[in-house]
Amino acid sequence: MSGSDQGKGSDVLDAQDRARFEQLVLPHLDAAFNLARWLLKSRADCEDVAQEAMLRAYRFFRGFHGGDARAWLLQIVRNTCYTWLEKNRPVELMTEFDEELHPQPSTSPEALAIAGDNRERLSRALETLPPRFREVLVLRELEGCSYKEIAAITAIPIGTVMSALARARQRLQRALTHSSPQEASREL
Amino acid sequence: MSCDFTRTVLHGYLDGELDAAGAAEFESHLESCRECTTALGAEESLRSSLQRSGLYENAPVALRKKIRAGLDAATASPAALRIPAWRWLAVAAAILLVGSISWFAWWRPARDSASTAPFTAAEIIDAHVRSLQPGHLTDVASTDNHTVKPWFDGKLAFVPPVKNFADEGFQLVGGRLDVLGGQNVAALVYSRRKHIINVFVLPTKEPDTPIHPPGLRQGYQWRHWRRQGMEYCAISDVSDSDLYELAQLLYQ
Ligand SMILES: [Zn+2]
Repeated sequence: MSGSDQGKGSDVLDAQDRARFEQLVLPHLDAAFNLARWLLKSRADCEDVAQEAMLRAYRFFRGFHGGDARAWLLQIVRNTCYTWLEKNRPVELMTEFDEELHPQPSTSPEALAIAGDNRERLSRALETLPPRFREVLVLRELEGCSYKEIAAITAIPIGTVMSALARARQRLQRALTHSSPQEASREL
Repeated sequence: MSCDFTRTVLHGYLDGELDAAGAAEFESHLESCRECTTALGAEESLRSSLQRSGLYENAPVALRKKIRAGLDAATASPAALRIPAWRWLAVAAAILLVGSISWFAWWRPARDSASTAPFTAAEIIDAHVRSLQPGHLTDVASTDNHTVKPWFDGKLAFVPPVKNFADEGFQLVGGRLDVLGGQNVAALVYSRRKHIINVFVLPTKEPDTPIHPPGLRQGYQWRHWRRQGMEYCAISDVSDSDLYELAQLLYQ
């Protein structure tokens, strides 16, 4: 993340900032929580991290100069999550994002529909993906972000968002239909 | 097994991120490429599983409270901020009212002289926010318009038109009774990618209007219009283009 987006966090915030933050940023708390929950895979940890990210966003709030408040907040949430992961679960971040994408037979829509119908199975499959695949899927499919927003939040170039999603979707299909949870986690 | 599009353009198409020319080009490719057709079907199925799965997790109420307390602690001039966190919305609404920014005043510049709505923006936002509290969203929870519509029968002096637009991406979630500007109104609830849209409906004697330009306050957007003796206001935190799409569907 570029430091300039967040600005300096040292200003003392006043009631006016508080009201603006309430109006612009706080409505996106659910989005912040959902992203943290899927990045950290644990409800207990993600409450703490979401809270920390929200207060951090507040400290940096004078650096927010309008525009897409949700993307601005989610960028901070994501960074806070990665900092937390580096400290607490460094192994998870070691997967290469740009691994070779192997051509594979397409899964039939019917098989996928059956596999995807089970919430537990879907949730587990998503959790077996490396964080960098998981986050683009969560941002796109659960949060409804555009490619532009995904690029801003995850700091990947906008030109590669499409291929990142292609890879993530392929991994998810594979996790859903081709492997048991054990196999999928060994792959990591 | 080797069409490169399954790993590239197909996703841009699926996500609505191609320009018109790119989308048209891919559509003509689809006609002759079975691999892409199958892959697109699989991706659409996966997407609808993800979106229907209820995997989206909202922030717990307790967390919201903790965060508000944290924000207060990090804010100077404590006098203004000793207001209990739960009253913030009421305060914000009051500020809007004190500013006497009426619904009418907001729409005045937008060319339609007959657009006096019988409620204020603050009331709309309040009603929307209230509906998002746990347990308040619907009185009748059903994705079937043939269940929701009769439910209103006998509870109101009018029967609101109830339609489901699931195929267009707006899933009907249910309905409830609400009060706006002292009047009983019907609230139709739709969900769009896990975001809630409230559509308030009440009868009117005023003539039809087009869909008015969007209003925006406190992170919520709304669209208002009149059509065939009914007054509509749709409000949500979805993007205005999504909201406008639903408004157009309802307007037909
Ligand atoms: Zn093809």
